[in-house]
Amino acid sequence: MTDMTGPGPEAEWRAHLAEGRFMLQRSRSTGAHVFYPRVAAPGSGETDLEWVEASGRGTVYATTCTRQRPEKGGDYNIALIDLAEGPRMMARVEGIAPDAVTIGLAVRARIGELAGEPAVIFEPESAPA
Amino acid sequence: MSDLRHLRGKAACIGLATAGTGEAPGRNAMELMAEAVVKALADASVPLEKVDGLFAATAFHSMAAMSLAEYLGIRPAWSNGSNIGGSSFMAHALDAAMALEAGLIDVAVIAYGSNQRTAGGFKSISEPMPFEAQYGPRNPLTAYALATSRYMHDFGATRADIAEVAVAARAWANLNPEAFMRGPLTVEDVLAARMISDPLGKLDCCLVTDGAAAIVMTRADRAKDAPKTPVHLLGAAVEHHHRMISAMPDLTVTSAAVSAPRAFAMAGYGPAEMHSVQLYDAFTINTLLFLEDCGFCAKGEAAAFIKGGHIAPGGGLAVNTNGGGLSCVHPGMYGLFVTIEAIRQIRTAAGNDEGPREPGGWIEGAKLSLAHGNGGVLSSQASCIWGHPDTL
Repeated sequence: MTDMTGPGPEAEWRAHLAEGRFMLQRSRSTGAHVFYPRVAAPGSGETDLEWVEASGRGTVYATTCTRQRPEKGGDYNIALIDLAEGPRMMARVEGIAPDAVTIGLAVRARIGELAGEPAVIFEPESAPA
Repeated sequence: MSDLRHLRGKAACIGLATAGTGEAPGRNAMELMAEAVVKALADASVPLEKVDGLFAATAFHSMAAMSLAEYLGIRPAWSNGSNIGGSSFMAHALDAAMALEAGLIDVAVIAYGSNQRTAGGFKSISEPMPFEAQYGPRNPLTAYALATSRYMHDFGATRADIAEVAVAARAWANLNPEAFMRGPLTVEDVLAARMISDPLGKLDCCLVTDGAAAIVMTRADRAKDAPKTPVHLLGAAVEHHHRMISAMPDLTVTSAAVSAPRAFAMAGYGPAEMHSVQLYDAFTINTLLFLEDCGFCAKGEAAAFIKGGHIAPGGGLAVNTNGGGLSCVHPGMYGLFVTIEAIRQIRTAAGNDEGPREPGGWIEGAKLSLAHGNGGVLSSQASCIWGHPDTL
């Protein structure tokens, strides 16, 4: 049973992230992973969600390069990443030019920082040729 | 789901108006919205005090129906200020038809107003998306760019293919004196425009204008006495499955694939029978997705479908005949303008004076229109089929 007392799933997830861990929820009964963190599994409502560490492996599902003037920080990437465990999340792919990220690219998560907050960032699984 | 055909055609639009489309300096969103309501009621020849149903959503009012009722000085017996983005007004039309048929109300007004352009630019009351905000998405733009990237990947469409949407919309705008952006536009122009969020350039994106709109609906029996040809709501349906783009199951398939077939089934007509097709084109990708999901062509085939000016004036299918959100008007939530264009095509063909357009701008013999609305980030989809009394 998901703990319905104390900090909620979002606060717990952010606390894990602040400690350097990228966590997903998983239903004990169905084994299905859940992201973003919720009090019950979407669609089916299981409340037997437990925290498990994400493998960090993923694939780029969709990508865009947000164009921005250099003086404002320059262009940056936003991508949707299909996690190896199943769920999809928005994230940023770094370690490669923001407009060079391609759909299907294998990526791996690290915990970085955006706007002063810990953030899941992805990098190409293998260095670009 | 139970059969909704008992609602088919039971409510009709008997009045409509827009106000301040394009630029309306010095006028606020409520003033524009109220002006549209007053003009729509005059068009319907219905006095304000007869309005007992009020439906409104804007990006300027968290409780738009209440604010508008107060401003107008009316006390609606039923109101609905639900906000499902730009598709709100198609949902309001269905809700109005239900409330009219249930006997809750006799006269419904659906309204929208925005002065975003003169007030400083794109206006949103959206909260930051909790698991997206830190990555800096510029919603709605980022979401539609992501969807476009996936569409191009899955179906091999090119930016030039997609640019045809903007070119066709501009060609329609060039027939419409009311359109905000007019003048020649080529695929090369679209491709050369400044990149905003790959693969979307500036001309893949809708306008940022001011504008307000309102329609008046009543039961079919009362609509017969209206001065203008009543246009009946034959079918309507709403469906949504996500709020954040990261939660959309497949970025190339919208809920229109559910809402449109349901609306067509209620109406008893299919896509091939539509004389005008109005699709909520906030970005060029929208038109492709909705042509497919509403059943005008198969998934992945819209780029080929629109080639050679097929959805432009003189083509095989009359799509976004006012010039669309891309070239006519887009004050932030465009759905009521989609609805009004769908209805005006039918009214004009029936002999009502809806103002001048260049030859071909009004569709001869138009009796059936699809008005398809989109809200959020391809999130909510709502489809309405409107028809001339002959189509009942």
